[in-house]
Amino acid sequence: MFAGLSDISISQDIPVEGEITIPMRSRIREFDSSTLNESVQNTIMRDLKAVGKKFMHVLYPRKSNTLLRDWDLWGPLILCVTLALMLQRGSVDSEKDGGPQFAEVFVIVWFGAVTITLNSKLLGGNISFFQSLCVLGYCILPLTVAMLVCRLVLLAEPGPINFMVRLFVVIVMFAWSIVASTAFLADSQPPNRKALAVYPVFLFYFVISWMILTFTPQ
Amino acid sequence: MAAADELAFHEFEEATNLLAQNPNEATTRGNQLVPQQHVAVAMDSGGSYGAEDEVEENDKTALLQEEKQQPGFWTFGYYQSFFDVDTSQSPRRASIPGPGLAPQVLDRIKGSLLPRPGHNFVRHHLRNRPDLYGPFWICATLAFVLAITGNLTLVLAQRRDPSIHYSPQFHKVTVAGTAIYCYAWLVPLALWGFLQWRKGVRERVGPYTFLETVCVYGYSLFVFIPTVVLWLIPVPWLQWLSGALALGLSAAGLVFTLWPVVREDTRLAAVLLLSVAVLLHALLATGCKFYFFQPLPLEPAAPPHQATSQPPTVLLSPPPPRSAAA
Repeated sequence: MFAGLSDISISQDIPVEGEITIPMRSRIREFDSSTLNESVQNTIMRDLKAVGKKFMHVLYPRKSNTLLRDWDLWGPLILCVTLALMLQRGSVDSEKDGGPQFAEVFVIVWFGAVTITLNSKLLGGNISFFQSLCVLGYCILPLTVAMLVCRLVLLAEPGPINFMVRLFVVIVMFAWSIVASTAFLADSQPPNRKALAVYPVFLFYFVISWMILTFTPQ
Repeated sequence: MAAADELAFHEFEEATNLLAQNPNEATTRGNQLVPQQHVAVAMDSGGSYGAEDEVEENDKTALLQEEKQQPGFWTFGYYQSFFDVDTSQSPRRASIPGPGLAPQVLDRIKGSLLPRPGHNFVRHHLRNRPDLYGPFWICATLAFVLAITGNLTLVLAQRRDPSIHYSPQFHKVTVAGTAIYCYAWLVPLALWGFLQWRKGVRERVGPYTFLETVCVYGYSLFVFIPTVVLWLIPVPWLQWLSGALALGLSAAGLVFTLWPVVREDTRLAAVLLLSVAVLLHALLATGCKFYFFQPLPLEPAAPPHQATSQPPTVLLSPPPPRSAAA
């Protein structure tokens, strides 16, 4: 029983609690001092690169933890503001009819995301509040792309072909959003409740797709 | 002494075995391996107890659930108890002994779609475990489906008659949402209040809790979702037929659920209560039909200051009468 112990020497094979690996990093940190002293361009580029990396993860959804681990809300904010700016009706139009105002789109996106997150947590999911908001916000990216395409297509002749093209693009992007968000969110729920947690996500993206599809320029 | 020695060496041996297996991992991520080790050792030492422990756990949790008080309504756990539902029956849960199977949302929806005279929705389907998932998301779905199909009706009307002016009409989403949510939450509040008052007067047992009433109303609204989609078809008699069918099913569900509670009361109060409930339901259905599915009249491409003065032919039927009845 004790023979095997002699082969193990504490100093070589058994790691001390992480002290061995960290000094490398902390030495580099000392040279960096803090991020307050770096140039503004460095800060912005670092954050932009993080946002861009997450955009890539949404466009090519794989089972990865990047969106969940390093969540941030810059991407969802940029996407939501872009979408709301493109969807809002002009101020010249009448009050009753017409598309949503900027505030209405903003409220639908953010309150929708908060409601879905609360629903997911109440059902017993083990994802944190901001992680879920981050995932739902980033997965609006395909629909924002669809909005851009729709606006470009609307510059052409109106007609049934115009509508069919827009319908096709919106449907494809809607499916892409659902697949991307389900890839990240579905794992956090127990299997007998996955459908209950995914249905509100479906409703959320369906409503946003509807707003994009029915957008008519003035 | 010997026992202590045995225990000490036993642990060390397991730890060293683990370390000997993963020497390379340790040097790169020291922090992450340490919790792993702790977890692994703990599981190993407790793993031999296995099945016995599980049965004990179940008994303990069953007792605890009976003994523990419900958390206060300001805590998150209170609301979590109302979302303890599954999609449908799963065989895994059926095999674990416990206080009962998790209620199933699809089962409750089916129960609301097919009311039967002796078949009380609350006693049979809810079984003292009302949930908030069903009512909330059914109302949300119904509100959005109403707004979307109302808009679609306008699109289809414009296809047939190009002089109709099409616009996305986003304000209808707000109206739909407010109307449905007010109906599905304020009317049960009024009903529950009324029943509580009658209970005080007549000393009856067993009126429903507020959440059970909300559940009944919420699930009874489910049948309107396919009906509203059917209303897209622009054939008037079909629309009225499907509307009447949906109203009949959903009002029947309400009546069958409320009847056992109300029949011990005086005949006048019982009839009054049931007829008011059915009337409010009918008002909601017809109000939705008129407000969301009436295409606007011919409208020339008018400048904005003239467009606001055109007479609306849509019948606005907001919920104020219901709150007055409360």
